[in-house]
Amino acid sequence: MSQQVDKTKTEKTGAIAVQVDDLTVAYNYKPVLWDIDLEIPEGVLMAIVGPNGAGKSTLIKSILGILKPIAGSVNIYGKSYKKQRHLVAYVPQKGSVDWDFPTTALDVVTMGTYGSLGWIKRPGQKEKKEALEALEKVGMLPFKNRQISQLSGGQQQRIFLARALVQNASIYFMDEPFQGVDATTEIAIINILKELRKAGKTVIVVHHDLQTVPEYFDWVTFLNVKKIATGPVKDIFNDDNLTKTYGINYKVSIQE
Amino acid sequence: MSNAQIEIQLIAALVAIACAIPGSFLVLRKMAMISDAISHSILPGIVIGFFITQDLNSPVLILLAALTGIITVVLVEYIQNTGLVKEDTAIGLVFPTLFSIGVILIAKNANDVHLDVDAILLGELAFAPFDRLLISRVDVGPKSLWIIGCILIITITLLIAFFKELKVSTFDAGLAASLGFSPTLIHYGLMSISSITSVGAFDAVGAILVVALMIAPAASAYLITNNLKRMLVYAISFGVFSAIAGYWLAHALDASISGSITTMLGLVFLSVYLFAPNKGVIAVLYREKQQRTEVLLLTFLLHLKNHTEETERHVNHLNEHINWGKVRSKTILDLALKNNMIQFNKNIVALTEKGDAFTTQAIDYIITNEDGQIEDMKDDFFLFRG
Repeated sequence: MSQQVDKTKTEKTGAIAVQVDDLTVAYNYKPVLWDIDLEIPEGVLMAIVGPNGAGKSTLIKSILGILKPIAGSVNIYGKSYKKQRHLVAYVPQKGSVDWDFPTTALDVVTMGTYGSLGWIKRPGQKEKKEALEALEKVGMLPFKNRQISQLSGGQQQRIFLARALVQNASIYFMDEPFQGVDATTEIAIINILKELRKAGKTVIVVHHDLQTVPEYFDWVTFLNVKKIATGPVKDIFNDDNLTKTYGINYKVSIQE
Repeated sequence: MSNAQIEIQLIAALVAIACAIPGSFLVLRKMAMISDAISHSILPGIVIGFFITQDLNSPVLILLAALTGIITVVLVEYIQNTGLVKEDTAIGLVFPTLFSIGVILIAKNANDVHLDVDAILLGELAFAPFDRLLISRVDVGPKSLWIIGCILIITITLLIAFFKELKVSTFDAGLAASLGFSPTLIHYGLMSISSITSVGAFDAVGAILVVALMIAPAASAYLITNNLKRMLVYAISFGVFSAIAGYWLAHALDASISGSITTMLGLVFLSVYLFAPNKGVIAVLYREKQQRTEVLLLTFLLHLKNHTEETERHVNHLNEHINWGKVRSKTILDLALKNNMIQFNKNIVALTEKGDAFTTQAIDYIITNEDGQIEDMKDDFFLFRG
């Protein structure tokens, strides 16, 4: 399988951006993810949906090597994450960091450049310029010198997005980027995500609002400890899969 | 000042700097208590190291004791990871156990004058200049000075080299991990430096003061800046100031040096806590009062804008209608007048052009929920604050 992926890699189109094989993750002997097989094609804007405790964040974290799985493997464009780190950007949940940390918006965005710098090397003018460009893209340039605790929830989320943009990655992982943001910010964020897809990037988003799935995404993965289904939204985003995932009779009106 | 006095102050100042650097990161990582644990549980390491080397200032002893510090951290994390008890409980279980092993070891060898529990808890800075380092029989200064100097150089070198890694892993461990900067490695690096610093400072200032020197300057600095580099600089400055001022306090009172330094650290924190420009208690109280007045002023202006009829805008009616007391009404009226927001015409109050523009914009921002912009707008419009 992995050899096939390597071949297709040169042509890009039709390539598998992320491949997850038999992934099992457990916290204290309790499986959170069970035997997940997942192929994410390049260039999709994908939602991961599922109830609380379904292992959505855990899936992202184990793909990124933040959590150690007890079984299974993950490949990014056919190679291990360690070798492909430069291709991947990650936006954690907003609540996962301390926003009282003594630093500014610009500084947080600059952290996105640290990966390409490697150990010890300091960010310089080039990195600062890239960070400013990313701030501009998310409309946060006027706030660049704000202390991060002085930003609203939506602004903080935009800063996180800018930090991922500055990594100039091929694959973006985002953990609930729409949590606690207002409608304006939500639209601004989804527009940037759609732009990323247009530029051929792969974007994977942990998402909670089922109503907006058909509108925002073209690919979806249903997850509840096990993988329920994965594929194009138009083919698999239906009441059947929703019911299987959420365990109750779910009805969503899908806009055609 | 005598040579010994200068040496004592120099040692105290270097210890303060060496402690403030890891201390700042411990405070930001909400791990202040772990420094307490480390500084106590290195005791058995020191005692065993002393049995082996017979020299309190031997590098072997320092490494052995630092290793005990790391073991403490590992044990705390191990107990915590079982999920049976919380972190603070785990800390409370580990360090007294290790510390008491050290105490028993000392008691069993009580004939040794060099190690006694008092000195370990409180240090004896006053004696530090007596223990000299001789190189080819030439006196090059007190041993403590050389030890803490070496530790400080290592700490500063590591801080400069890995500042970016420390910052990103402290702020966002998940991002650090995904970028390839192992948070675990950085965590244990910081723990090692904290342990080594604790051992190095131990002899001079004792187990209790090490904690104070790590936490109090960093906590004070945290209250007065929003910039990590400045936080480090302020923490170092507070530490050095307290160390030197504490020495002279001890001199004046003829009291324990380490006790006086800790007192100074407490006083520094208290003054910062009260008087810090933004986060200080007084600043917060003042800002709350100001905000209350501003909200009242805004309410008043909105009322004027909402009512064109003259009866609603008569000075005498305002009291009843908005339901404010005389004093409050007068304060707000005066403030609005001073800021050219309103004008009087035969006791009828009306918005000026400026007041009208301000109110329109405020309504606009309130509807769109742009709270931050209202704050900026206030700066543009208000000359006089309540």
